[in-house]
Amino acid sequence: MNKITNKVSILLILAGVLACQPKGPATVTTSDAAGKVYVAPGQYDEFYNIVSGGFNGQIGVYGIPSGRLFRILPVFAVSPESGYGFSEETKPMLNTSHGFVPWDDLHHIALSTTKGEHDGRWAFANGNNTPRVARVSFESFRTEEILEIPNSGGNHSSPFITENTEYLVAGTRFSIPMANKDVPIDSYKENFKGSISFIKVDQESGRMNIAFQLRTPGFNYDLSRAGKGPSHGWFFFSCYNTEQAHTLLEVNASQRDKDFIMAINWKKAEEYIAQGKGRVEKAKYAHNVYDEKTHMATSTIKEEVVVLDIKDFPDIAYFIPCPKSPHGCDVDPSGEYIVGSGKLAAMMPVFSFTKLQNAIANKTYDGDFDGIPVIKYEAALHGEVKKPGLGPLHTEFDEKGNAYTSFFVSSEIVKWNVKTLEVLDRVPTYYSIGHLSVPGGPTSKPHGKYVIAYNKITKDRYLPTGPELTQSAQLYDISGDKMQLLLDFPTVGEPHYAEAIPASLIREKSRKIYKIEENENPYAAKGEAQARVERKGNEIHVYMTAIRSHLTPDNIEGVNVGDEVYFHVTNLEQDWDVPHGFAIKGALNAEILIMPGETQTLKWKPQQPGVVPFYCTDFCSALHQEMSGYIRISAAGVKTPLKFSTGTFE
Amino acid sequence: MKKLQPISRLALAVSAVLMVSAFFVPLWRILMWAPQYPEGLEMKIWIDTITGDVRTISALNHYIGMKHIEVEMFPEFTYMKYIVMGIMAIGFIAAAIAKRWALYAFALILTMAGIAALVDFYLWGYDYGHNLDPKAPIIIPGMSYQPPLMGTKILLNFTAFSGPDIGGWLFVLAAILVFAAIFYEIYFQRKKI
Repeated sequence: MNKITNKVSILLILAGVLACQPKGPATVTTSDAAGKVYVAPGQYDEFYNIVSGGFNGQIGVYGIPSGRLFRILPVFAVSPESGYGFSEETKPMLNTSHGFVPWDDLHHIALSTTKGEHDGRWAFANGNNTPRVARVSFESFRTEEILEIPNSGGNHSSPFITENTEYLVAGTRFSIPMANKDVPIDSYKENFKGSISFIKVDQESGRMNIAFQLRTPGFNYDLSRAGKGPSHGWFFFSCYNTEQAHTLLEVNASQRDKDFIMAINWKKAEEYIAQGKGRVEKAKYAHNVYDEKTHMATSTIKEEVVVLDIKDFPDIAYFIPCPKSPHGCDVDPSGEYIVGSGKLAAMMPVFSFTKLQNAIANKTYDGDFDGIPVIKYEAALHGEVKKPGLGPLHTEFDEKGNAYTSFFVSSEIVKWNVKTLEVLDRVPTYYSIGHLSVPGGPTSKPHGKYVIAYNKITKDRYLPTGPELTQSAQLYDISGDKMQLLLDFPTVGEPHYAEAIPASLIREKSRKIYKIEENENPYAAKGEAQARVERKGNEIHVYMTAIRSHLTPDNIEGVNVGDEVYFHVTNLEQDWDVPHGFAIKGALNAEILIMPGETQTLKWKPQQPGVVPFYCTDFCSALHQEMSGYIRISAAGVKTPLKFSTGTFE
Repeated sequence: MKKLQPISRLALAVSAVLMVSAFFVPLWRILMWAPQYPEGLEMKIWIDTITGDVRTISALNHYIGMKHIEVEMFPEFTYMKYIVMGIMAIGFIAAAIAKRWALYAFALILTMAGIAALVDFYLWGYDYGHNLDPKAPIIIPGMSYQPPLMGTKILLNFTAFSGPDIGGWLFVLAAILVFAAIFYEIYFQRKKI
């Protein structure tokens, strides 16, 4: 009898236990977070955050700690808002060997450094899809240069830079047959090669050119970092798909327990190039430069590159085994430690540059791959971070000897000590962090203070906006022992890598206007007296000026259907923050925004006769609504006399 | 053998009737949470099918080499409904016979069926969690992913919970009714003596 009551009560208890299911992960809230991110109206943020836009092809400029978005800089994507890629002056910026490519996938940012520290000169960015690198000026916050990368199948391990901005690199994510060879896809092992371009940066102008290309085994080259301090002169690249698979990489490129980190002695490569040992190969690629004086871009097609095959030069390249499909490959501020983040591995190896050098000196090799020595794993290993989390991707560093690694699968940031390899703290991210950024994190002198997470999934963090949700970043305070979540802020595009730099390094040199007397655009009208309309065959050139609150000329006649009308608009203002815009009805391209002292050109082809208005699109003054004009379009063949005026009534 | 009290016969009949629910509501559920899935993923096991976020769960689990969950994987779904119908029939027959041995027999059958179901579920879970594709992208040495039989278990970035759903609870209630009837019968008889 007792037994039976027991049975019943056991059932009831069981029912009780099963009724309390665990709750989902708890949300983190902190009480003093608001004060730490509040930047009072009219006050400035402490850091600029230069954030890649991923598939929007742009760069977002945010303030830290407020998370406020200041500007979206068009780099590899056309911007109808500013006219970038639509104005005649900027169209050449997006020229490539394939023609005009109006979009790209911008993943990584590299800010220029001197002696390993931020110097606030330029930001570099990669175009992943049609391989390109870009340089953005911190004076104008504009894209000044785009260089196409030949022999590349996707420019992912780019544009990481050396400590004095001597070089930036462009490593191919997808290996391909060189020189556009037509071969069967399943001849991958035989015909496909990797290619790593070293792009020399002119220290004065910032101009880029491909100094040389390394020909490497056919793998996927994922990410990269330059050595610094003692390891200056070396570059490290994570390699996956050392299985050399060409189909279902999800499975076939995940079979080997260890892939590689490729260590490149670029100083040695530089020497070989100086000795003339590089071989010149034919390659077609575009080099586009925007001139600040003429306000015009020019595109030049280059014809050749200098190539070194790493297997012909035994002391340039070494492979360090790294588990498993490494993604991030990050060098600590001292330059001694290299962190490999095997995205499928259950631990994280940290390699020592000193040990690597010893292993090379003593030839502590574990055979070779394609003629390249493979260093014995243990010989280069400083140690392993045990059970750090799941899916390690990227590591940034603070000034106190700590590392911060992002974990995609377990959706967290893990703080650990670089020397002791001890895990110190972990915080959840919402959700599935990709890259992360500590101000100055990749430099020799991190500024610390914050770590910013760039997440891949936002899900329930913001008000829903249909199937497509906002992307987001999260700001954490790292000044104490424990990381503390301060702020979620939405980002545009999909943020990949980003860097944060003290505002003091950039703010003062930000350009306010272009001086009108320095305007060398051949189509500039540097005063209303120069405003005019000229016909050259079926081209109509309107040399137009804009100043508060009128356009000159604002009445134009004598244009026919079939003509091509070029509106060269010069903004005569010399005052900060007075851009003018120009738009005309029926334009098949976009508007243009013209900064003070600048000239930009919008091409327009009238399709039908009539009188067409045009106007200023950027609210410039109290009489902005009056800033407009008319162009009369006559039918093809009608001989209306060419006339133009402003403020005169006949 | 003693004849059953009317109330016990009623309990037997109600117990059998309760099992009709198996054809209309889910019997078991598995819930999973991950940092990226704070709202949870759910899998419901019915008498002849599986519903819920099965596709999402399979898509996530393939990284670690777990099988794609398909209804066809479970032969149980083809015959489970007949077993339940059989048990129900036995319940009604026992109520009709109205003998204590029939009550005991039914309780025994019910208990055995419950245990068999759990063992079957355990064996499937063991195979699902251990029999992994050796070519899986993520292989963590020594790690297996058997879902919990009942209760909560942490598996990598997922917290998994397994337990009865409405149908399962109704089965538990059916069993309680039967055991309550046994308890009542024994208690009633002793009082009479």
